[in-house]
Amino acid sequence: PPTLRIEGKLGAGQDVGRSCILVSIAGKNVMLDCGMHMGFNDDRRFPDFSYITQNGRLTDFLDCVIISHFHLDHCGALPYFSEMVGYDGPIYMTHPTQAICPILLEDYRKIAVDKKGEANFFTSQMIKDCMKKVVAVHLHQTVQVDDELEIKAYYAGHVLGAAMFQIKVGSESVVYTGDYNMTPDRHLGAAWIDKCRPNLLITESTYATTIRDSKRCRERDFLKKVHETVERGGKVLIPVFALGRAQELCILLETFWERMNLKVPIYFSTGLTEKANHYYKLFITWTNQKIRKTFVQRNMFEFKHIKAFDRAFADNPGPMVVFATPGMLHAGQSLQIFRKWAGNEKNMVIMPGYCVQGTVGHKILSGQRKLEMEGRQVLEVKMQVEYMSFSAHADAKGIMQLVGQAEPERVLLVHGEAKKMEFLRQKIEQEFRVSCYMPANGETVTLPTSPSIPVGISLGLLKREMAQGLLPEAKKPRLLHGTLIMKDSSFRLVSSEQALKELGLAEHQLRFTCRVHLQDTRKEQETALRVYSHLKSTLKDHCVQHLPDGSVTVESILIQAAAHSEDPGTKVLLVSWTYQDEELGSFLTALLKKGLPQAPS
Amino acid sequence: MKLYCLSGHPTLPCNVLKFKSTTIMLDCGLDMTSTLNFLPLPLVQSPRLSNLPGWSLKDGNAFLDKELKECSGHVFVDSVPEFCLPETELIDLSTVDVILISNYHCMMALPYITEHTGFTGTVYATEPTVQIGRLLMEELVNFIERVPKAQSASLWKNKDIQRLLPSPLKDAVEVSTWRRCYTMQEVNSALSKIQLVGYSQKIELFGAVQVTPLSSGYALGSSNWIIQSHYEKVSYVSGSSLLTTHPQPMDQASLKNSDVLVLTGLTQIPTANPDGMVGEFCSNLALTVRNGGNVLVPCYPSGVIYDLLECLYQYIDSAGLSNIPFYFISPVANSSLEFSQIFAEWLCHNKQSKMYLPEPPFPHAELIQTNKLKHYPSIHGDFSNDFKQPCVVFTGHPSLRFGDVVHFMELWGKSSLNTVIFTEPDFSYLEALAPYQPLAMKCIYCPIDTRLNFIQVSKLLKEVQPLHVVCPEQYTQPPPAQSHRMDLMIDCQPPAMSYRRADVLALPFKRRYEKIEIMPELADSLVPMEIKPGISLATVSAVLHTKDNKHVLQPPPRPTQPTSGKKRKQRHGFSDIKVEDTAKGHIVLLQEAETLIQIEEDSTHIICDNDEMLRVRLRDLVLKFLQKF
Repeated sequence: PPTLRIEGKLGAGQDVGRSCILVSIAGKNVMLDCGMHMGFNDDRRFPDFSYITQNGRLTDFLDCVIISHFHLDHCGALPYFSEMVGYDGPIYMTHPTQAICPILLEDYRKIAVDKKGEANFFTSQMIKDCMKKVVAVHLHQTVQVDDELEIKAYYAGHVLGAAMFQIKVGSESVVYTGDYNMTPDRHLGAAWIDKCRPNLLITESTYATTIRDSKRCRERDFLKKVHETVERGGKVLIPVFALGRAQELCILLETFWERMNLKVPIYFSTGLTEKANHYYKLFITWTNQKIRKTFVQRNMFEFKHIKAFDRAFADNPGPMVVFATPGMLHAGQSLQIFRKWAGNEKNMVIMPGYCVQGTVGHKILSGQRKLEMEGRQVLEVKMQVEYMSFSAHADAKGIMQLVGQAEPERVLLVHGEAKKMEFLRQKIEQEFRVSCYMPANGETVTLPTSPSIPVGISLGLLKREMAQGLLPEAKKPRLLHGTLIMKDSSFRLVSSEQALKELGLAEHQLRFTCRVHLQDTRKEQETALRVYSHLKSTLKDHCVQHLPDGSVTVESILIQAAAHSEDPGTKVLLVSWTYQDEELGSFLTALLKKGLPQAPS
Repeated sequence: MKLYCLSGHPTLPCNVLKFKSTTIMLDCGLDMTSTLNFLPLPLVQSPRLSNLPGWSLKDGNAFLDKELKECSGHVFVDSVPEFCLPETELIDLSTVDVILISNYHCMMALPYITEHTGFTGTVYATEPTVQIGRLLMEELVNFIERVPKAQSASLWKNKDIQRLLPSPLKDAVEVSTWRRCYTMQEVNSALSKIQLVGYSQKIELFGAVQVTPLSSGYALGSSNWIIQSHYEKVSYVSGSSLLTTHPQPMDQASLKNSDVLVLTGLTQIPTANPDGMVGEFCSNLALTVRNGGNVLVPCYPSGVIYDLLECLYQYIDSAGLSNIPFYFISPVANSSLEFSQIFAEWLCHNKQSKMYLPEPPFPHAELIQTNKLKHYPSIHGDFSNDFKQPCVVFTGHPSLRFGDVVHFMELWGKSSLNTVIFTEPDFSYLEALAPYQPLAMKCIYCPIDTRLNFIQVSKLLKEVQPLHVVCPEQYTQPPPAQSHRMDLMIDCQPPAMSYRRADVLALPFKRRYEKIEIMPELADSLVPMEIKPGISLATVSAVLHTKDNKHVLQPPPRPTQPTSGKKRKQRHGFSDIKVEDTAKGHIVLLQEAETLIQIEEDSTHIICDNDEMLRVRLRDLVLKFLQKF
């Protein structure tokens, strides 16, 4: 029986660390996301792709790979997967994801290899080669992966270019949300999907129980902290990665500065970050409606209050806010500034994202205040350390909203914590009366599907049925009778007559032979001749023939005269016709029954 | 299936397709050539224009001299310019379910349709089409509204009077349908009815029809449309280009296997090669400027202007024009330049790849940054301070009847140093110039029309092989001015069906099949028999459900007990039945009636006495039984 299989061994499930899901639908295998686990430094960082196929090439097994957005927990393992494990098939992602994901991959590669000296990591060239396998998709475009498999991207909010994907084979379909956000935020719009009624909706559930507006609270919190620090003359350091969070926080500060009419300088560490703003300007159609509407007058990504940073500025007296890369304080400009400012308790560092083990960011977030720097120098951290997560995920209400929009047959929750997921699962089952699953890590879910079979019905048959369906007595369901012709992969439903005709099959022939008794003492041949002349004169419009074997035909109706077995004065006329000639046959028997005109003796 | 042809203009089409149960409008182009009959609307009081003599009939009757003015032997209507609308009477437009827009030039009549006909449907268009279409409409409304004209002439439209007028007014068609420009409010309301779509997006209409826009290669976001059901396919080709300019290339493959291909929007200048024209444009521009003259380029605020600016970007330094200011004047100039940079996803591969760098896809960003190109909303304000001559001015409207271009024609027309270069192909340049005669300035005609020419069309048709082609009648004969050029017409087999304004065409369609879904439970119960190698048959008895134009076959309520022929007949009151098996089948004997029924695999033979009642009864019984199969 047809099934839908969701392979959870690769990642996702009840785990926020990394996303990588394998879906088997109607014989097609699609990998959804290819994330890395930022919390591991060893083999566990990447999904174990040997689960997918024991022997044989990934390219042969997988029909395509889909990447939902540029966060590394969704695309970080891609170069490893395609270049080191080996996959040459198509990889689909949106244009912004295609533009930004290689930059983040390269950023991360640099940390892993250049700074931490890790071996067996993908190279810059591998990132480039991997990106060559990418096919960019537009929103709502139906991409035909092959003759049967099609995919379609929907706007997901979350980050620039994030998309949800519908995967469809025939009448079976799955929707995978990736990470999404159902409320428009500072720079992005809300996720949206049409009533596509998939067999299964796979949705993230990071914030399964979180209440709405918590993000607004965090934003307020963030602004308050920044504001208080600069008010008391302190410096604020915000280590960020070049893309994503940085732009969101810049918009946040920019609008706050504008509203509060603040004069304290805000700086951006040079290089990539400025370039990154260009991506946002070019992909303005992916941002929220407000930004899109006003971009001609005022491009939100051209910041008035935020200036490029020069390393000399770090020593300037007085308050300032600096966005500096990289985001985990492990190297580069952010680390340099941190070292300069760490000793002053008036200053503050705000970590707006996750930090991997071993980085300075991770150390200070876990409470370490004495850091051993190179050269056995010990850095005492007196500045305030804050952690704030700004990731934009749908909350419980948002997830319910999306389920309502898509109207799936079933829901599968991934990317969340078990306890919260359980709460949401119950809510979904109650409200929508659909089954909801929440597989554990590494669990494979197999769901039966019952696809209906599309066939072509001949219009004649359909119209005949529909016309009868309109009749008043047709209240009770009517039965439609037809013949299904299956040839190769084409299925057609036609009327039985048409089917026989088309296939050149002998139709079931219905023949009638009627015995007509006639008072006639003459020989059979003469009777036949009398019949012939009678019919010839009566039926002027028909072709009446007298055949050499003595029988008479009227069109295709055969008339033979025979002797009566018992009565020599009676002759029996055998009138034989097929159902097609029913009318004429019936008429002829009636005519002959009346007898023949008296023959001239 | 029918096609209602509401516009006679081959590049500004408006057709309505009735397909299955849907009514689909394909484009709503606005024919603006009507404005050529009107006097220009000057931005600044023009003594020359306001002092033109009134026109009087041959007999001296001057009752029309308020409405009609004469200039160098041509007569113009002195009134707010009016546009020629598509037919609104041929079909009840409130029954139109959807409007499909192919490109921003073909949506200019939208407010007339959506706001004044009772239209309640949805309009589909791509995002660039809508954004740039909005700019074109905004510009048009702005041009007309900022020079309010009290006078609205209508006397001349009277049929009896129009007959007496000189050409071309006498021959102007459908003057009664001509309307003044819409308002911004109507534009906004019309545009709010648009739903954005992406290339290759499949859009379901009422479950009956699916429509899909495809890249047409002509302009930013321009599309052709596929309108199809599971068994029928209509392709609507409008304004397509195979040249490599800025838009995404044309998707030809998806047009294959169409039953009908409606072909509109071919090049209006089939004899001009766009590349050659661009070259001529550049050299004439350089020549004029070097001689100290100014260059005026009447243009739309979007489209070919992007390509021209790109050519100039590459050309000006080598031609020594680095110090010449380029001005782009339009109320939407800034928006147009900005919008062009954010639609990289809709651009050709070269430009698309720029966004990965990230760089703006069009080099005019650099022209603006280096101050070589300056843009202004109008000649008033900043422009008058910055204005330096000699210079190059891009401005609208290409009809020369309204917009800032009118001012420059008046300003520069008297000097032979200056040049006006016509690049937009929509208006006859001689007619456009008529109200400015006599002119001393040079006029260069370099029409750049990147749409398909007839060679490309015939190649395209060979490639995609539609069963039938439908096109405007203009394409089925050589252009009137080049009647010997048999190559300047569509050549296909079977010959294209042609239409003219107000025609209703019955499209040659034979619908034979419709999609129906068989529920899995029913499918499981079917017993296929292979009757020929590779061909199987199964008889189906099922309940038909139809909802939202979708048909589903469900299993019958209870499975009917298969009854053998014998039993059935017994139930029908025959008691003395005797059944014999033969090699090929069975023989049923009804002894009392002396009737014999031979039943074999593919035939049934009823042999009976001449008892018609009995025969008919048996006949119907057998038929009923047979039909169950």
